[in-house]
Amino acid sequence: MPFIPHTEQDIRDMLSAIGVAEIASLFDEIPASLRSNLPPSVPPQVTEMEITRLLHERARRDAQPLCFIGAGAYDHHIPAAVWELTTRGEFYSAYTPYQAEASQGTLQLAYEYQTMMVGLTGMDVSNASLYDGGSALAEAVLMAVRRNRRSSVRRVLMPTTVHPAYRRVTETIVRNQAIELETVGYESRAGTLNLAALERWSGEDVTALVIQQPNFFGCLEDVNSLVDWAHTQGALVIALVNPIALAVLTPPGQWGQNGADIACGEGQPLGIPLSSGGPYFGFMVCKNAHVRQMPGRIVGKTVDLEGRAGYTLTLQPREQHIRRSKATSNICTNQGLMVTAATLYMSLLGAGGLARVAAACHANTQALLAAVSNIEGVRPAFIGPSFHEAVLQLDAPARSALERMAGAGILGGYDLSQDYPELGHAILVCATEKRTDEDIAAYARAMQGALRVARRA
Amino acid sequence: MLIFEHSREGRRAYAQAPRQLAGLADIPESYRRRSPALLPEVSELQVVRHYTRLSQKNFSIDTQAYPLGSCTMKYNPRACNTLAMLPEFLARHPYAPDRFGQGVLACLWELQEILTAVTGMKGVSLAPMAGAQGELAGVAMIRAYHEARGAHERTEIIVPDAAHGTNPATAVMCGYKVREIATATDGDVDMAALKQALGPQTAGIMLTNPSTVGVFERRIEEIARLVHEAGGLLYYDGANLNAILGKARPGDMGFDVIHLNLHKTFSTPHGGGGPGAGALGAGERLHAFMPIPIVAREGEHYRWHTETERPQSIGRLSTFGGNVGVLLRAYVYTRLLGREGMYRVAEFATLNANYLMARLRAAGFQIAYPQRRASHEFIVSLKREAKEIGATAMDFAKRLLDYGFHAPTTYFPLLVAEALLIEPTETETKEELDGFVAAMCRIRDEARADLAFVKGAPYKLPVRRLDEVRAARELNLSWKPSV
Ligand SMILES: Cc1ncc(COP(=O)(O)O)c(C=O)c1O
Repeated sequence: MPFIPHTEQDIRDMLSAIGVAEIASLFDEIPASLRSNLPPSVPPQVTEMEITRLLHERARRDAQPLCFIGAGAYDHHIPAAVWELTTRGEFYSAYTPYQAEASQGTLQLAYEYQTMMVGLTGMDVSNASLYDGGSALAEAVLMAVRRNRRSSVRRVLMPTTVHPAYRRVTETIVRNQAIELETVGYESRAGTLNLAALERWSGEDVTALVIQQPNFFGCLEDVNSLVDWAHTQGALVIALVNPIALAVLTPPGQWGQNGADIACGEGQPLGIPLSSGGPYFGFMVCKNAHVRQMPGRIVGKTVDLEGRAGYTLTLQPREQHIRRSKATSNICTNQGLMVTAATLYMSLLGAGGLARVAAACHANTQALLAAVSNIEGVRPAFIGPSFHEAVLQLDAPARSALERMAGAGILGGYDLSQDYPELGHAILVCATEKRTDEDIAAYARAMQGALRVARRA
Repeated sequence: MLIFEHSREGRRAYAQAPRQLAGLADIPESYRRRSPALLPEVSELQVVRHYTRLSQKNFSIDTQAYPLGSCTMKYNPRACNTLAMLPEFLARHPYAPDRFGQGVLACLWELQEILTAVTGMKGVSLAPMAGAQGELAGVAMIRAYHEARGAHERTEIIVPDAAHGTNPATAVMCGYKVREIATATDGDVDMAALKQALGPQTAGIMLTNPSTVGVFERRIEEIARLVHEAGGLLYYDGANLNAILGKARPGDMGFDVIHLNLHKTFSTPHGGGGPGAGALGAGERLHAFMPIPIVAREGEHYRWHTETERPQSIGRLSTFGGNVGVLLRAYVYTRLLGREGMYRVAEFATLNANYLMARLRAAGFQIAYPQRRASHEFIVSLKREAKEIGATAMDFAKRLLDYGFHAPTTYFPLLVAEALLIEPTETETKEELDGFVAAMCRIRDEARADLAFVKGAPYKLPVRRLDEVRAARELNLSWKPSV
């Protein structure tokens, strides 16, 4: 029997200890009208050898083209040690560390992770993870609304330069709490938040402003002015950031006069495989003053009976298992194993290595822009500083151009025409540190070919 | 020692990063970081050694029996991990066209089909990333349903007092008022309390069956009828389906929407706190509102259905498509079990729980609902031990660690005093269960002889009992270098 250790003798002994004749008797409290069998659509059991063959076949069908898509998930190199260690049974098969004494591995690691995130973001405290970047932004919005008591409305400014999927997730999660998500547009030349559109909110009651840096287009927002503007309004600032970019960009804790209040984002770039979109992890950090409104697990340092240092979950009265309907969030299981991978990744790279990764991504994306710059019908959509990603405008429908490039073995970018029709035939491109000069040359060739065909069509 | 304390300036794991630091000249100074982030500077060997040693400070299923009630700590088959981590699966960008993901989408589609069959619902969405997110989706769907029919006066969700904390927290996140109802002395829902709570303000009820006290809710059909007659809908918290897998289906019980924790019943790892997956199933009434994306099969082709195909969906819960890697592990597990294996999961999870309950009762421990069968789990109340000897559930829990058993869930559900919620799962041997009984008896003897000794436990772990009050009072949430 797969994974069940019982011998015939065990079964007899156990039934007799219980005092029933057969296993079926143990189900006698289920009303007869509800007892059922599984329908034939549940397939019969296969062996490990058979399922291995099947999954290898399916994996082979999923051989991946060269990836130049970013848009929130990035194809970075993951050091071999990261997943070798992450999948050790002691990390992999442990539960949430409720019994602290029996979970010092997971707990100390989480404390180290929190320290690393504080270091990277320049904020004061970190939680031990949320589900992913999109849901972390939703939680940040809820947190800001709970926290900003000076604001008597529930109004959050959500620029359209924030990742469209993040905006949708936030909408789904906060919809039933009477929160207004107000959009703010972008300047068509710079690709950054439109300050004139923001001015319309000057003097109004605003609960929080969300700023993504680099923004969804890869453009750099003027975060200093934005933060100071928001704080003058009495609004809290939610920074949405890419952790790799923070190795070289100003961390949200240092934006403007007083820094952002809450920062969050997608942890995937830190050693998590692309894996069709998950599991990843969301991170969240904040200023000390807001910690009691933070959702999720938080690990703290303490001492044991003998005065030795140890680690434990703390501030649990924020959480659903203690506060039930008054909790800061319903989150329980989060993405612990992904945090294990991220902690290993950050340890292996250090600040210097992370800066090299970030700079290499940026340099490669710039090289990509240069390589396509003299292709007829391709031009960068925005002027001004950008990082790591960029928008290209094409003179033919993005969808068919990308489709043709995919045929040539290249994922040429993310099609923006659905979410940003005003940009015309536009795509978002990204070349991580894994892309070589040859890859970039191949990209340019594929793009040229695709556009030639598309124009003819 | 922390990884930061191994750090020395200038030490690097050079193999891990690009050869050189590329120039950033085109990025204006004002956008650039002024000083490097505080991260450790260590060698690769130091990293490997440090985290290997840390891992050894954990209890885990792979190293200890872990009878943590409500958490279903069964063996996580290695094949599930190996196959989910095939390089092509890991390399796929979430925005890669569907045609480069036909293998993974086929697995997800089949998983949807299998879970639909197992639960008796009309359809399944794999979007939620954990149980609590499944709950959020389900209750949001209930709300969307009522709103679509203009039933704005339905403002309350009924939740039993024994419910998991995520239930009431979820109802509030969806803008509902929580109405708690009592549990009867036999462990089932108190029908009088239910009838009293139901009314035109009722949006729905959240129930767990088998319930969090470890018994099957025998009047579930009547409950479903009453709630539906009152115009409400039924949410099934299927975090733990282990005891009824293949034996009874939530769809047949009358539930409108359910979630399953694939990281429990379907054996994906807990990873020290996730990731999980909270697959959601919906019946006729709520099917159209399920969260996106959902895999569809069109002829021989699989693709994601999103806003366009599912306009009534409550929307997206994650940036991309949920915890796909976890779903792949669950898929492999369902295939390794097959239909026969699923029956056996329920049978042996129930056999182990009832055996352990019988043995503990025979050893003189008080069972919270002694007249009932155990489902996949049951509760021992240590009220008598606490009163007569002074040894609480927490003391037993901590001393069990010394005997090499992870502690059961303590003090949950709240309505049973000094509760240990015990869930052995089907993958533990009889010897292991006998060892647990022996340890419980030894601890009781030890407490009778020397209470202070038991209160000092654990002794054999990396740390002794930790001061949680101090952790909360003198917050230390990250390491700071001493200057
Ligand atoms: C009965 C019950 N409901 C809900 C949950 C929440 O699931 P998750 O932790 O995956 O959010 C759990 C587990 O923690 C549970 O045991």
